[in-house]
Amino acid sequence: MPLPPLPDAAISLGVRASDWRDAVRLAGEALRRSGATRAEYTERMVQLVEDFGAYIVIAPGLALAHARPGPDVLEAGISVVTLTEPVVFGHPHNDPVGVIIGLAVATPDAHVTTVADLANVFNDPATIPALAAASDPHEVRRIFALDDTLEQEEPAR
Amino acid sequence: MKVVAICGAGVGTSAILKVNAERVLERLDIDADVTASDVASLGTTAADAQVILTSPELVEKIGATNADIVVIENYFDLDELEVKLEAALG
Repeated sequence: MPLPPLPDAAISLGVRASDWRDAVRLAGEALRRSGATRAEYTERMVQLVEDFGAYIVIAPGLALAHARPGPDVLEAGISVVTLTEPVVFGHPHNDPVGVIIGLAVATPDAHVTTVADLANVFNDPATIPALAAASDPHEVRRIFALDDTLEQEEPAR
Repeated sequence: MKVVAICGAGVGTSAILKVNAERVLERLDIDADVTASDVASLGTTAADAQVILTSPELVEKIGATNADIVVIENYFDLDELEVKLEAALG
């Protein structure tokens, strides 16, 4: 399965987060809004960081918010959140975080190609700064090399 | 040769580490089997591994092991992965 589509509902650009929990919840809320997950998944994403620390901050300025597959995942999805003010997650090298990618996968095996495609996008060092600077969802979809012709409506707020 | 990439959930970040480690190992012409796992099942998945790849945040969650623990800061920096994997496996 390639990268899931990235509808406007799954993208929140230039929003405010008071702390890392808030930032993760914004990514979870975007996944829920796009129909990929239920609200419970968002709290499981927060819990993963509570349990294991800030390891989801996998590159300078970038967090990959996710949890295990579960009944609260309705379909595979990704979301993109960018913050006006980056927040601290507590990672020794990669703080502060201004870009949060939410990831939901339906089964443990289905995500392998999704993740490979994500790696392809982010292995380009220009991607994180480009996302942080993106001003509309079209730009975000272009950065992910996703089809930008499907969504014509105004960005969800 | 066995390499295990670990994260808290066993999906997501460890899978990214696995994908990029495989790319680097191919570049280094090193034949290795890379698997992704979560910390909780590390005891079984990494019993025969030479190298455990992980984040600085998870190192203390790894129990006693004979494998080399390689800590990766930027999962998307293939050069960092290459230098550290070559040092551990070369």
